[in-house]
Amino acid sequence: MPSDLNKMDILLLGVNHKTAPVEVRERLALRESEPSALRLFHDLPACLEIVFLSTCNRVEIIAGTNDIEAARRQLVETWQKSSGVSPEVFSRSTYEYSGVDAVRHVFRVASSLDSMVVGEPQILGQLKDAYRDASEANCSGHLLNKLMHKAFSTAKRIRTETRIASQAVSISYAAVELAKKIFGDLKGKSALLVGAGEMAELAAQHLKTNGIDDLIVANRTLERAIELSKALGGKAVSLEELEDMLVDVDIVISSTGAPGLVIKKEQVKRIMRPRRHRLLFFIDIAVPRDIDPDINEIDNVYLFDIDELKEVVEENKAERKKEAIRAERIVEAEVIKFKSWMKSLDIIPIIKKLQEKAESVRQKELRKTLKNLKGLNDKEKKAIEKLSMSLVNKILHDPIIFIKKGSSEKQRDEALAMVCRIFGLNGTGERPYTEDYIGKKAKEDNCQRPRHTN
Amino acid sequence: MDELFFQLTFFLYLIATAGFVMHLVSLRKGVEKIATYILASGFCLHSLGIVLRWISEGHAPLVSFHDTFSFLAWAITLAYLLFQAGHNVKALSAFVSPVITIMMALGLMHPRQVIPLPPALKSYWLPVHATICLVSYALLTLAFCIAIMYLVQEHQIKKKRLGAIVRRLPSLETLDTMSERCLKIGFPLLTLGIITGSIWAETAWGSYWSWDPKETWSLITWFLYAALLHQRLTVGWRGRKSAYMTIIGYLTLLFTFIGVTYLLPGAHSYAL
Repeated sequence: MPSDLNKMDILLLGVNHKTAPVEVRERLALRESEPSALRLFHDLPACLEIVFLSTCNRVEIIAGTNDIEAARRQLVETWQKSSGVSPEVFSRSTYEYSGVDAVRHVFRVASSLDSMVVGEPQILGQLKDAYRDASEANCSGHLLNKLMHKAFSTAKRIRTETRIASQAVSISYAAVELAKKIFGDLKGKSALLVGAGEMAELAAQHLKTNGIDDLIVANRTLERAIELSKALGGKAVSLEELEDMLVDVDIVISSTGAPGLVIKKEQVKRIMRPRRHRLLFFIDIAVPRDIDPDINEIDNVYLFDIDELKEVVEENKAERKKEAIRAERIVEAEVIKFKSWMKSLDIIPIIKKLQEKAESVRQKELRKTLKNLKGLNDKEKKAIEKLSMSLVNKILHDPIIFIKKGSSEKQRDEALAMVCRIFGLNGTGERPYTEDYIGKKAKEDNCQRPRHTN
Repeated sequence: MDELFFQLTFFLYLIATAGFVMHLVSLRKGVEKIATYILASGFCLHSLGIVLRWISEGHAPLVSFHDTFSFLAWAITLAYLLFQAGHNVKALSAFVSPVITIMMALGLMHPRQVIPLPPALKSYWLPVHATICLVSYALLTLAFCIAIMYLVQEHQIKKKRLGAIVRRLPSLETLDTMSERCLKIGFPLLTLGIITGSIWAETAWGSYWSWDPKETWSLITWFLYAALLHQRLTVGWRGRKSAYMTIIGYLTLLFTFIGVTYLLPGAHSYAL
């Protein structure tokens, strides 16, 4: 088969948190590789286009190729060798998709449906970075450009049409979400950490990224308080000053290891007047609890303990699962659209063949005619040539439109087959352009696509 | 002619209300936008209707029950649209629009015929006093709606029911600030309304204050709102207490506005 009829296809090789432990993923990320992983794979003869995605949870190679078997062989060999992972481990850990399945996988990854925490938003940014690197290094082309842009728009569509990412699924995030429901904008608010536990630190960091600029750390040992407050960019106080601090702050996160209560109802009742009844939000993530549960009964005071936050998280997770089903439907719809775009690439070589054939007939007949007609001047010769050209164009116009217009994939394939048969286009006569062929071969991934020129 | 305008306005407000409620349930963005357009066009029609009625009555259409309810609905819509232009709190629409529709329905239930105005009351003070009062009522209506939203949201968070309702309503502090803003404009207007009323009483009857039931109850209402604002500004009252007070103040206001005229005869009793 002539090479200009070879069709481009997509091949994807990868590992993620489900298929490989972190040691394997780290090695496959080829961080130290020289030349860079992107270059390395792009230099392989069968890989015309490459995007290389590497995050802490997954490493994936997305390749555009016109010879999928060769590309697979070359990629597997290069990747396995340069990572130093044994062939057994490599083949056990990696997964592989091609054609429509690769498209679906990329869309699912971009939309965070394949993530460890479904709906977490970072992956889209990471994929965008990977794509930017690839296109800056000229490793991405027509096919992967389109694939990436469609992946981004699918992810965006899912984000706006479903609530997959709108709810907190970690305790510290849930605490921030709650704070927002109480205070609205967190800018200008202040938070107090009582105890310097790890979870409190995490929650404090979330609060900071959400606009809190005033952070105070109170701890039994002042030393640790100072240490943590430096790390978070706040100030440190001792536990004795707690009550004074309660007058000013808006959010209190408590996580001490104390056996008894650290903040009592009486204390909070006392400070409500001096703090002019401003809303006060307590988050108790300590076990056993630090804060008197009855505090929640005081006006304008809200208390959530670790169990209550966990419950919120569980509800949100269940909600996300429901939303993920809707998201999968959107992915499926976008995959179908992309598939039909890929199919439309099939038309181009056929049209080219048709035009070539007509042109050669035209020139042959023109030569014959001009040879027999003696005594024509240049102007008349030109006129005849012009006539032949416009005849060809007019006659080809309708069949070309006929191929292009097929509204469904099936229609287009049928039109293509018919035009091939009518015009006796050689090299394509034995190619059965039927639905059956497309359906089967596409899955077998050797449904080759026309090679693009750039 | 103005009757047709009134009915059309009522119809548009009703559709807008349905749209806003639908938006609150489904959270579909388009619905909210369309409903706002419908409300705004209803408002334009309403304004035109009021002008027409002014011309046909010969004095400001602020005397009969029908006209005052209609004007109050108009003022609430105006206050709401202005407020939304500044704040854009979507959920508020579903709470305010039913009140607007109820006011229109109350207007519809009362006879439309023009009440001949006693010559003593034919004065420029009529439009001034009545407009100021009704605009202040409109703002206090907004404060009332926001207070209800606050109590609903507060209850959900206190009881740790963080479901669909919490997601739809704004944060507690946002609601509290919004309600304060309405009170801070509404209360001075209410004060001004009472003052202009008493000046008008002096020009019409020769005495500033005659303790008729309407006047007494306006004063009670005024004191309630004054106490609320005073507590907010000095002690820092806010949240639930303030919301309850806003609701009590509004119920008293409604009694002053409607109840007194029905139940306790006095100088205002020929109309409002």
